Amino acid sequence: MSLLKIRDLSVRFQTNDAEVRAVNDVNLDVAPGETLGIVGESGSGKSQLSFALMGLLAKNGRATGSVTFDGQEILNAPPKVLNRIRAEKIAMIFQDPMTSLNPYMRVSDQMAEVLTLHKGMSKRQAVAEAVAMLDAVKIPDAKGRVRLYPHEFSGGMRQRVMIAMALLCRPSLLIADEPTTALDVTVQAQIMTLLADLQREFGMAMILITHDLGVVAGSCERVAVMYGGRIRETGPVGPLFAEAAHPYTQGLLDAIPRVDQDEDELRAIPGQPPNMSRPPKGCAFAPRCPYRRPDCDVVDPPLEGFAPDRMRACLAPVPEVLDRRIATTQQKETLA
Amino acid sequence: MSDLLNVRDLRVTFQIRREGDMPWAKPRELHAVSGVDFTLKPGETLGVVGESGCGKSTLARALIGLAPATGRAEWIDGKDLLAMTPRQMMRYRSDIQMVFQDPLASLNPRMTVGQIIAEPLRTHRPGLRAFEVKERVKAMMEKVGLLPNQINRYPHEFSGGQCQRIGIARALIVEPKLIICDEPVSALDVSIQAQVINLLIRLQKELGLALVFIAHDLSVVKHISDRVMVLYLGKVMETGPVAALYDDPQHPYTQALLSAVPVPDPKVQTARTIVPLTGDLPSPMAPPSGCVFRTRCPRATDRCAAEVPALMGNDHATACHFPGPLTEAEIARARGEAA
Amino acid sequence: MVIDQHKMQSLSDRMVEHEVKGRSPWADARKRFLRNKAAMLGLTILVLVAIFAAIGGQFAQWSNEELDFAVMGQVAQAGQPSIASGHYFGTDNLGRDLYARVVQGTQVSLMVGVVGAAIAVIVGTLYGATAGYVGGRTDQLMMRTVDILMSIPYMFVLILLLVMFGRSMSMLFLGIGLISWLDMSRIVRGQTLSLKNREFIEAARATGVPGWKIIIRHIVPNLLGVVAVYATLLVPLMILTESFISFLGLGVQEPLTSWGALISEGAGTMNYGTLWQLAFPLFFFVVTLFGFFFVGDGLRDALDPKDR
Repeated sequence: MSLLKIRDLSVRFQTNDAEVRAVNDVNLDVAPGETLGIVGESGSGKSQLSFALMGLLAKNGRATGSVTFDGQEILNAPPKVLNRIRAEKIAMIFQDPMTSLNPYMRVSDQMAEVLTLHKGMSKRQAVAEAVAMLDAVKIPDAKGRVRLYPHEFSGGMRQRVMIAMALLCRPSLLIADEPTTALDVTVQAQIMTLLADLQREFGMAMILITHDLGVVAGSCERVAVMYGGRIRETGPVGPLFAEAAHPYTQGLLDAIPRVDQDEDELRAIPGQPPNMSRPPKGCAFAPRCPYRRPDCDVVDPPLEGFAPDRMRACLAPVPEVLDRRIATTQQKETLA
Repeated sequence: MSDLLNVRDLRVTFQIRREGDMPWAKPRELHAVSGVDFTLKPGETLGVVGESGCGKSTLARALIGLAPATGRAEWIDGKDLLAMTPRQMMRYRSDIQMVFQDPLASLNPRMTVGQIIAEPLRTHRPGLRAFEVKERVKAMMEKVGLLPNQINRYPHEFSGGQCQRIGIARALIVEPKLIICDEPVSALDVSIQAQVINLLIRLQKELGLALVFIAHDLSVVKHISDRVMVLYLGKVMETGPVAALYDDPQHPYTQALLSAVPVPDPKVQTARTIVPLTGDLPSPMAPPSGCVFRTRCPRATDRCAAEVPALMGNDHATACHFPGPLTEAEIARARGEAA
Repeated sequence: MVIDQHKMQSLSDRMVEHEVKGRSPWADARKRFLRNKAAMLGLTILVLVAIFAAIGGQFAQWSNEELDFAVMGQVAQAGQPSIASGHYFGTDNLGRDLYARVVQGTQVSLMVGVVGAAIAVIVGTLYGATAGYVGGRTDQLMMRTVDILMSIPYMFVLILLLVMFGRSMSMLFLGIGLISWLDMSRIVRGQTLSLKNREFIEAARATGVPGWKIIIRHIVPNLLGVVAVYATLLVPLMILTESFISFLGLGVQEPLTSWGALISEGAGTMNYGTLWQLAFPLFFFVVTLFGFFFVGDGLRDALDPKDR
């Protein structure tokens, strides 16, 4: 039984010049307590996907398809239902903590407000609960600092305050949209450890949206790789990283230098990401793909299972991609 | 081979006026970079790493004359770059060029790509005729992987990766000997990042450039650098050849930093021990006495508060009273404090 | 082979001799501006008013100084607007042709507005950009000077000037020009300060481009958007100022006139049943101000699309 079920979710934006197809026919399931990573570059649609789930799309955006949470349809649900679910069942944290914190309100007041409103607590109880939650996110001297304003916390601490705020109502799903992108590596490590601890403690599921494959490798159970608004590959994190079966996933993994290995040369993915107001007719990755075949420019391949728990959207045979020979030859040719 | 650049005791101090102070009140001092030494050989790449607020960007700006610096920066011909008047400095400006972090923001939106790339040329080679300038610009565009027929386009018509190529072309057009790269790939997507890194490495080999490569991403710095320098609160913590520093880090800060870098391999990443750093970065207005890192160091003693550690060692040098790998017990203690 | 085809394509792209034309930010802004209906309406109005000022005099049956003795003394009855008598807009209280006088007033008012705004744009932009770019003590000194000039009640000074040196067009321009650039210089300085730390300015400084070239080549072109918007809003402000002075009776001298002076006269004779004397100048005045405001709004939306 999955907690969150996404079926054929598409997101379109109407701009002055054209229609931008940000997300196309996405299907995903999140089980209770599970951590799902959504990986993609800017413009891949990963953030718009989460905004659509939460009903936070910009005014010119339209989402179609179906999203059920605990069996209840939440896509394009009336604001009343959405507000209730957003406050109590699904919480979201962002790259910039200040987007969810009011700079002119004490942290205690902001946190207490949520609890008095949704849990019917008295102000006193609510502040006590807020302190307990700040303790849970390991803010030293929580009792003393609860009365501070958001700007009086450092970057990493502010991120913790935002997490505490998101977890107040004990949600069963946390969506984290690039939670550590703006942070230094040492702080990032702390926050990721904290999120993993909290997740275990509260038994919640998490969707981690990020561009950083290293972060995903350390904290997710399953991964979905997005490119050009579509999911290109999904699977458990171990096999997916070990044997990436989609050319794009493979390209990403080959393109990043690693701190624990020496590599002679990075295999860059040639070309530029697609413009989603004028997407290519076939597979959006085809123009940059070393395994491209004539059909790729015509057919956008569907996401299909090829091994237990694993799916990918690609026309090139799995062994050919896993072999890597074509990709390395192409790399040499472009350098020559 | 003699050094291209020999920097001794470089300091950058900013005068910070507190809000509400009267205009004539004495401002406080912020030591953004305090006493950095390094040498750079021709064709060599020096990586500079550190977290935000460590002074790495200020160091870059000081080297190119955008931030007020004291100390010595001796160029290959023996002249001190920091002691020059602006007029004397002019001759050297074409030898040192810079590539910036934000690819789009570093290009004037009202100028065409051709005008942007030609600007250093027009400043330093005023004798060139218009068609010669254009020819050189087109050749340079070709070299950095841009189509020369796009010369009349404007920056907003290019993607982030292409804008960074334009920035690189602008830096290379006057045939510099040293390029300072300030986070040149951190604003780019992963797949584009690799293109730009490969381009920089290729151009460096072709043209024999020296690079000062500043970044917060330790994996990228490892890939591109020959030598690495780790900064914390404006001071050098550790410096050395890339292999030595990454495989055998001596300073506790370097160890903590390296342990925190995520590795895109679930098997490796879940098995790694992360050394947590306790507390927050101290304010650069009031740095800790003695070793600036001691407030967050799992190994700090009274001596660290009393005495400033000197950078000790020849090739691989560390500024620490007690260098060496952290023990299990020290890591466990750091963990306990962080929790 | 697919890859070969791809290579051939890129090779042929490279071989293409003709250079691709760029789409400048100005061209983008122009496109957005032309799509803005309110702004286009405003622009049309302004063009019509300008044409009226330029060639309206050709169609006048009377000059603006001539007195029509036929209507003198019975203006309320005989001086009404009519095609037959040649007084399209009627006459004023002395029997002068209001049409000719409105044409003449439009010329003066538009000139005051445009010249005032032009002084503001040129002086204000250069002053503000220099202060902002140079910074430090120079900036402090230059901006405190502006503060001091601003703290002087300019209307008082202007009136004093006009009284002391006599009322003349040049004195009016001088007075308006003296104050119009102050606000502009402040706005421009603020913009320059935020531009100054942009990386492309740093890039130019690092290359060694001299300061004045940076101001002219990098700062001013990036300021022009703000300046253009502010200038279009400044023109009506100048017209208003001039009207106010004229309304007080200190503006341009007879037989020259301006919208302000005409409105003042019209307002004074309203009670005698000669409403047209107020209505025509007021109509031109209001319509022109609306035109400028619409165009200014349109320019702002076109030049700064992020604001929407």
